[in-house]
Amino acid sequence: MSNYKLRLYITGHTAQAERAVANLKRICAEELQGRYEMEVIDLVEDPEEGERQRIVVTPTLIKQLPPPLRRIIGDLSDKQRVVSGLDVFPAFRDEVDTSGDEIDASGEAAKKASGKASEDDS
Amino acid sequence: MLTIEKLPSGVPGLDIVTDGGLPQGRTTLISGTAGSGKTILAAQFLVEGVQKFGESGVFITFEESAADIRHNVASLGWDIEAFEAAGKWTFVDAAPQPGEPVVETGDYDLGALIVRIELAVQRVGATRVALDSLGAIFNQFQNASIIRNELFRLAVALKQMGVTAIMTAERDDEYGRIARHGVEEFVADNVIVLRNVLETEKRRRTVEVLKFRGTTHQKGEYPFTVMPDEGIVVIPLSAIKLKQRSSNVRISSGNTELDAMCGGGFFRDSIILLSGATGCGKTLMTTEFIAGGVSRGERCLLLAFEESRHQLMRNASGWGRDFEAYEQAGLLEIIATYPETCGLEDHLIAIKHAIERFDPNRVAVDSLSALERMASVKGFREFVIGLTSFIKDREIAGLFTVTTDTLLGGESVTDGHISTITDSIILLRYVEMLGEMKRGLTVLKMRGSPHNKDIREFSIDGTGMHIGRAFRSISGILAGHPQHVPPRELERMEALFQDTPGT
Repeated sequence: MSNYKLRLYITGHTAQAERAVANLKRICAEELQGRYEMEVIDLVEDPEEGERQRIVVTPTLIKQLPPPLRRIIGDLSDKQRVVSGLDVFPAFRDEVDTSGDEIDASGEAAKKASGKASEDDS
Repeated sequence: MLTIEKLPSGVPGLDIVTDGGLPQGRTTLISGTAGSGKTILAAQFLVEGVQKFGESGVFITFEESAADIRHNVASLGWDIEAFEAAGKWTFVDAAPQPGEPVVETGDYDLGALIVRIELAVQRVGATRVALDSLGAIFNQFQNASIIRNELFRLAVALKQMGVTAIMTAERDDEYGRIARHGVEEFVADNVIVLRNVLETEKRRRTVEVLKFRGTTHQKGEYPFTVMPDEGIVVIPLSAIKLKQRSSNVRISSGNTELDAMCGGGFFRDSIILLSGATGCGKTLMTTEFIAGGVSRGERCLLLAFEESRHQLMRNASGWGRDFEAYEQAGLLEIIATYPETCGLEDHLIAIKHAIERFDPNRVAVDSLSALERMASVKGFREFVIGLTSFIKDREIAGLFTVTTDTLLGGESVTDGHISTITDSIILLRYVEMLGEMKRGLTVLKMRGSPHNKDIREFSIDGTGMHIGRAFRSISGILAGHPQHVPPRELERMEALFQDTPGT
């Protein structure tokens, strides 16, 4: 079984931060039912953690498990990119797409996001 | 109204160009092409803070890792690790993490970076902050408009922290727009440009303060160099003020007849230019100048760019002057270097260091012409101005030799634009007379003193230079076309001008 361990870093409870938290909760609920742990860390309260993790921008979502470690930045409003960034493969998803278009599209998005990830995808 | 204070950077020469330092509590943008020295200046700003003022610094790196920067500046003699251990320096590493793809999924901000900078500034009690470089952060993230807004927010945050900051930025052309991504428009009221221009096959580095909002600075480009164990050294030539006092104390040229021609010797704090064709006695006169100093217990520094130590010693002993004994007595130091070993700026700084270390009463440079080959006209002129003003500032005597291109005559006293800044000019010339090569000498200029205007014949033997009588029946020596003048005509001319000989 695959357990997702996710940490979301924010700086203060800004509208952007709240949006990221809400987006993450929604995506996890839709895509990773019960298979995740999620923690929100406010760097205003714990700047040391920001230094340790070398966070530059917020919100930053770090997928600690399963490997490989991934960083996803932004308010997570682009669901498709979040899903592909988290390496949530269609095989693990509950509702397997029949069209096939979406699978290709998400694959493309992952490639665009990072050339290096393309090998893992293939 | 609040005036803007300046924070002395401590970078040699830069505080003259900036009229006292960087605007305190503000951000200054350092813009330059690749390899122009931006990262060195950013690091040096913090290093000088630690070393000269006991101020702590934070270095934020967007491009190279902290380890790379520590390693790269170690060659400049900066032990960053020791500063870190002493709690005087800390890095904020914002470089991209290797092998880790970043996925962008919407809007973001630099909040985490600002929080980390605040933490670092607090931790070491920093007053100085350096960010290197803004271009790298634009490369790291895709949304340039977000980064632009966020860098503005960062600059505001730095102001609130009360730190004096340097940000570096890349530019594409030496004389194009200020920086890539138009960063100067939103991050800084203050802009300094570093240039690294190829000029007649030589690299010429310059620094220019483009703007300091609300405060003054020197205008134009000033050359600088990067010295091992020292870092950036700016040479603020045109900012040097003519503030030297001039003394009436005379020193001996080392040759009694020449002293008499000069009205009693050179002035103690004067620059003497010695011009002549190859082999006509410049090195001999330099040797006598040194011997004259040593015999009076003065310290002499000989900077040779044409001949080796050994050759110079052999030459001197041929004229009965024992350089080796002078050196053993601690009154002479010979530094012989090839002009080509480094750039003129580096030579200038090396010479300054040698003068500061040895603390001589006399400095001789043999020859300036060898150095002239090294640089553009402008670069050479700046070198000569820098050297003469430094020597005059220390109130010591300087003798520079210049080689003329032609054997006879000599058009080139004024070239190199150096004649106007020297106090005395002595010409040595070959004179062709009735099928024989003779040597002639004249004191062309002697600032602040009457002098003998004759063109005198001189000879050289095993004891040195002997100045004889004037060429009375010859004219056109300096023009290179000596002509015999009948004695009767000469008498007529003298009667016409009533010129008393010997003044």
